Amino acid sequence: MSTTLKIDTMAELAARGEAPEILFWVGCAGSFDDRARRITRAFAAILHEVGIKFAVLGTEESCTGDPAKRAGNEFLFQMQAMQNIQVMNMYEVKKIVTACPHCFNTLKNEYPDLGGNYEVLHHATLLQQLINEGRIKVQGGGTFKGKRITFHDSCYLGRANGIYEAPRAVLEALDADLVEMKRSKANGLCCGAGGAQMFKEAEKGNKEVNIERMDDVLESKAEVVAAACPFCMTMLTDGIKNKEKESSIHVYDLAELVAKANGLID
Amino acid sequence: MIQSLVFIVLLAAGAGLFARQVVRIRRNIFLGRPLDRTDRPADRWKTMARVALGQSKMVSRPVAGFFHILIYVGFVLINIEVLEIVIDGIFGTHRIFKPLLGDFYNVVIGFFEVLGVGVLLACVVFLWRRNVQPLARFKSPEMTGWPTLDANLILIIEIVLMSALLLMNAAEANMPDKGGYLVSNMLAPIFAGVSPEGLHLIERVCWWLHIVGILAFLNYLPYSKHFHIIMAFPNTWYAQLEPAGQLSNMESVKKEVALMMDPNANPYAAPADGAEAPGRFGAKDVQDLPWKSLLDAYSCTECGRCTSVCPANTTGKLLSPRKIMMDTRDRLAEVGANIDKNGSFVDDGKSLLGDYITAEEIQACTTCNACVEACPVLINPVSIITELRRYQAMEASQVPSEWGLMFGNIENNGAPWQFPAADRFAWADNLTVNSKKNEA
Ligand code: SF4
Ligand code: SF4
Repeated sequence: MSTTLKIDTMAELAARGEAPEILFWVGCAGSFDDRARRITRAFAAILHEVGIKFAVLGTEESCTGDPAKRAGNEFLFQMQAMQNIQVMNMYEVKKIVTACPHCFNTLKNEYPDLGGNYEVLHHATLLQQLINEGRIKVQGGGTFKGKRITFHDSCYLGRANGIYEAPRAVLEALDADLVEMKRSKANGLCCGAGGAQMFKEAEKGNKEVNIERMDDVLESKAEVVAAACPFCMTMLTDGIKNKEKESSIHVYDLAELVAKANGLID
Repeated sequence: MIQSLVFIVLLAAGAGLFARQVVRIRRNIFLGRPLDRTDRPADRWKTMARVALGQSKMVSRPVAGFFHILIYVGFVLINIEVLEIVIDGIFGTHRIFKPLLGDFYNVVIGFFEVLGVGVLLACVVFLWRRNVQPLARFKSPEMTGWPTLDANLILIIEIVLMSALLLMNAAEANMPDKGGYLVSNMLAPIFAGVSPEGLHLIERVCWWLHIVGILAFLNYLPYSKHFHIIMAFPNTWYAQLEPAGQLSNMESVKKEVALMMDPNANPYAAPADGAEAPGRFGAKDVQDLPWKSLLDAYSCTECGRCTSVCPANTTGKLLSPRKIMMDTRDRLAEVGANIDKNGSFVDDGKSLLGDYITAEEIQACTTCNACVEACPVLINPVSIITELRRYQAMEASQVPSEWGLMFGNIENNGAPWQFPAADRFAWADNLTVNSKKNEA
């Protein structure tokens, strides 16, 4: 049955004297980038489907400051952080989930020292928990049963925070044929977007990093590349286009895979 | 008697010179900015035991790892024998532990000899890997000249030291009153037919070569990447225990931001008594870096594992995390020499950023932490890169123009792109899903 979801904001809940179980931190890419918005929608659909009471900050959310900090502008980062912390502390936020590893890293590791203390989860971890608790079931084997899927580790989830198993556990639940790329987990190759590279041209070299990554993708013979980061999503999608493989290799976020397997989205 | 005297003088000079150099390096490291790395001591000891003592990161590359562990174990254990050599040298005795340990002594020395052969073999393999086998990570631009010579010298010196030890024992193996050990008995035929005086001379020459070689090598360490055999221990102890993705929040900026966010603060208020003058934001030169980055620089083995996994470097960009470490050490050594000469640092018109490391290099970093993960001694090149970027962004205002735009967008729209903040929630418009929840 087609349902139109109404997403609550923290302000609306607060006005009704309510608080959500969890704040869904959407992030800038998830809010503005067309491709990443589809990830946001898929994840919101999952949260709704399993009956988690969640809310977003809506227009009260602002950039975490991660790209500014990585580019060296600590002033701007701390201004952003203080502003966000003020808003979240006002709503007495306890728990946050986000689909962006950069937001995740910043909120989890860099905000506490500035007065923002929250339990922060990346959506890979939350999805894994929901699967373990049996709250997400992949009915009838799902769309991805037996498909060759590989997982591209995001630097800010993997090496930066040691999360390697949760996204893989999610993919295994899809009954897919999970294959590893030559460089994976702690040895995973960056997509090229981190450290504020997303926002400028690369320095002079002989190759783009995402094209380098395509060697691993093609070698894995995967039909689906699973990502867990909106920036990786952009870089991988561009790489596959560059290799003219967009008809045979698809890039999906973990949330999209779970939502699709459950028939929540097409 | 004369021999003992000569030995004592050499030993004292060798140890004294080394100590002086260590004191200088310690001073150089603490030219850096303060940073507290003494929390969670239990975890720090564990990390050091695992990574430095246990060589846990070396084995990720099995061939290099195996031979490195061979040299490492050989080096540590054979040095127990150096203790005996030193005592013998001072008191003019010969193999002072032998009567104390009896047959067990023969077993121990035999075992050391086997290790010695292992070390020799590993050094030959490493020479081959560096000079014959085309291993890309030993051929990068920053390795031209001294770094390559340094690496070869170390291996050759180790081969000479081990050979001296084995030949000394082989000479003794031919002496009826002394006798050899496991390996030296097999090597004994080399000196078959040499007169007793000749054997004695060979034994003495090798003994002196070995111990003088060790003292010379000790004093070579501080000028070499081989210094890592000592520095690996403090460096792993002081390593970052927080997740690799966590960057420090600058204290100096916290104060300014608090002022800006506090409507009641008087921006013209005089700083409180004793408040230090605000320093430079970020780092332009080595003195602006946290001291741990300077310790990192002295610990670098120049192995290039970091550079070989760096996405920027492997796609042809100028950035090489190993070069970042080598440049930092070279500049720090230069600053140190400046202080030795002038008493305190006299501006030489140079700096780490600009004269050693260029903006193009640091801008190419994706902060992916692959270099940090790969480093066998837990060096963090990203923290140097970040400090230099901070200087570029906050002091010099020299960031790529796209980053300037990105900063402006974040400031004005709360997002790194030029989208109106009002559209932030537009993703939720008409969010239609095939929910099964309301079906029943
Ligand atoms: S963090 Fe930077 S220097 Fe280190 S490997 Fe990644 S891109 Fe290279
Ligand atoms: S920083 Fe670490 S990995 Fe890189 S060259 Fe130095 S010791 Fe090797």
